Amino acid sequence: MNRHFELELESLKTILIKMGSVVEENVNNALQALLEHETGLAHKVIENETRINSLEIEIDNAIIDLLALQQPVASDLRFIIAAQKINNDLERIGDHAVNIAESDLNLLKIKPLDSMLEIPKMVVTIKLMLHQALDSFILVDPKMAQTVLETDDQIDNLNRSMATEVIELLKSDKKTIECGLELIRISRNLERIADIATNIAEEVIFYAQARVVKHHAEEKR
Amino acid sequence: MIKKRNIIGALVVGITGMASFAVVASIVVIMVNIIAGGMDTFSISFLTESPKEGMTEGGIYPAIIGTFLRVIIMTLVGVPIGAVTAVYLSEYASSKSKFAQMIRFAVNTLAGVPAIVFGLFGLGFFVQFVGQGMDYALEGGSGLRWAQPNLLWASLTMALLTLPVVIVSVEEAIRAVPRELREASLALGGTKWQTIRKVVIPNSFTGVLTGGILAISRGAGEVAPILFTGAAYFLPHLPASLSDQFMELGYHIYIMATQSADVEATSGIQYATTMVLLFCTFSLNFIAVVLRYKMRKKMH
Amino acid sequence: MENGQIRIQVKSLNLWYGEKQALENISLDILTNQVTALIGPSGCGKSTFLRALNRMNDLIENVRTEGEVLFEGINIYDKSVDAVELRKKVGMIFQKSNPFPKSIYENVAYGPKIYGIRDKKSLDEIVEKSLRQAALWDEVKDDLSKSGLSISGGQQQRLCIARALAVDPEVILMDEPASALDPIATSKIEELIFELKKQYTIVIVTHNMQQAARVSDYTAFFYMGELVEYDITRKIFTTPSIKHTEEYVTGRFG
Repeated sequence: MNRHFELELESLKTILIKMGSVVEENVNNALQALLEHETGLAHKVIENETRINSLEIEIDNAIIDLLALQQPVASDLRFIIAAQKINNDLERIGDHAVNIAESDLNLLKIKPLDSMLEIPKMVVTIKLMLHQALDSFILVDPKMAQTVLETDDQIDNLNRSMATEVIELLKSDKKTIECGLELIRISRNLERIADIATNIAEEVIFYAQARVVKHHAEEKR
Repeated sequence: MIKKRNIIGALVVGITGMASFAVVASIVVIMVNIIAGGMDTFSISFLTESPKEGMTEGGIYPAIIGTFLRVIIMTLVGVPIGAVTAVYLSEYASSKSKFAQMIRFAVNTLAGVPAIVFGLFGLGFFVQFVGQGMDYALEGGSGLRWAQPNLLWASLTMALLTLPVVIVSVEEAIRAVPRELREASLALGGTKWQTIRKVVIPNSFTGVLTGGILAISRGAGEVAPILFTGAAYFLPHLPASLSDQFMELGYHIYIMATQSADVEATSGIQYATTMVLLFCTFSLNFIAVVLRYKMRKKMH
Repeated sequence: MENGQIRIQVKSLNLWYGEKQALENISLDILTNQVTALIGPSGCGKSTFLRALNRMNDLIENVRTEGEVLFEGINIYDKSVDAVELRKKVGMIFQKSNPFPKSIYENVAYGPKIYGIRDKKSLDEIVEKSLRQAALWDEVKDDLSKSGLSISGGQQQRLCIARALAVDPEVILMDEPASALDPIATSKIEELIFELKKQYTIVIVTHNMQQAARVSDYTAFFYMGELVEYDITRKIFTTPSIKHTEEYVTGRFG
């Protein structure tokens, strides 16, 4: 019916997808840099952050215009609200990717450990989670979003075992203290990325099915 | 309080109902009276024969034709002049124009002038002034052709009488054309005249027609203006030219009732003639009502 | 304000109805192929301003105009300018759809016919093209001989738009074109406006602020005969510069 408005919604979605792919690329680069000790990639991640920031502002403005000029309702309104939150989420994921990249660079300055402990496992899962979260948004697929929610527990467990493992490590060898702290920091950032990917999945479910799944809101009701 | 209000309400319904009933009842009484009096005399031959035996027998054929001719000429003259005046007044004249105000004043005054005065005016102006002038101009003053009552002068006098009715009803019809339609035409780059010709007139046409018919039916029933300007007591033949006198239905009734040799003997003819005249007038009014209804339907 | 090609330039326009001043010193540029919305409370002068752009106010007695309205570089209030010629280029759509009580075909062909186009084939082409442009062709193509009054209100308004397009104007003035229509018919008109602005310059008066927000590129806020603020629509509805405008668009007064 209202084709003009639909075109504008479509272009909001397109730019948000673009934002998502830039962020995902940054996360992947940061993680690759981490696993393969690539300084170049880590620097690239840090440089790319400005691009993410300007995209965030662009999306913010588009959302304000749509709200002010088109008075969206129902699924259109849910989409725009979800888009606003996802925009915010992606920007934060971008920040965490930068944090990881900085830690990468720190790790390279000191002597890294032979083992990254649980981190390689976390990386695999998080890449998948983030990708699925973004795909569920692009395809409006609440089922896929649901699997993201379910994977989050794995990351939490891995993060917890990371902590104990690093403590063990520190107890055994005091020289590893700097390296251990960086690893904790990285693990923490990864855990945050997973959390935010979960948030994105929750927004997709809100937009697609008008269900509020965050904070176990449905179970409480 | 409620009771009092109810009583007033009932009273209002009663009084207005009675008044309406009185109107309808008097029409019915008149109609019944006329039909009862005229039915015996009325026949097809009454419509197709001339009066006979010193107008105590026979039909009213010449009077019907005379009335018909008079109405036609009156309409051909009065309606176009009236319609054009109405277009000028409603479309072109500004409300502040002195000229337009003068026309309006003249129209209103004309509407209030008694019919007999029109008759006298017709006699003085058309017959004695214009008619004599024409005789001088055409025949050097020797003959007497136009300077006497005839069909033309009677019809023109009638046209004058109906002019205010035509002007007022046509103006009303033109005003009823929604402003939006005129604006639509003007906004498309139509000129004022194009707008009047293609939008205003077509959309007020039924209104103009209704006005014309009402004016005709008003004119058809009038007798006074033709008393001195063209109606004849009795003529054995039909009018052959505009300068001939003619018989006329209304006038026929008048003379039968007042100047007939035997008023009692002709009462049947009088009733039947009245019946014919009323039938004609009612038909015209009926057509006007139908047209007006159609116009309303078209507008909404 | 963004740069664009100016189609109509209004300079210090003043207008009086008798003694009462209805427009005070209005200056504003209307840009080509843009939709300019005029908003403001009733009696603020927005409709008067709109009708000043094709001299429809001429039809009202006692109207006096001062200042300039430049269209194609010429002040349309110059003595030498023929309002009839002007209105061919600056068309108008009214609040109440006003098709003539004629067939759909005759409605659209009215303008071309009064300009002297008689050729049946050219008229057919113009009628079809205009009805297509007004997104009405598919709905009426099989009964072009039906009365223009027999179709729905929304279709009638689109018929009026087709009729205005048939004379190939450059600017289309719309005076609350959707105020009498239901939401579906309204959004069809709004959709149409997006299509039309590719070819025409549109000025629209609307009481419906959301409509102004949705359809226009520029918005002018009028109050008491004065132009309070004129800016990009996005700006007017997100960060107006003048408090008065903010109060009006947020519904706090007026």
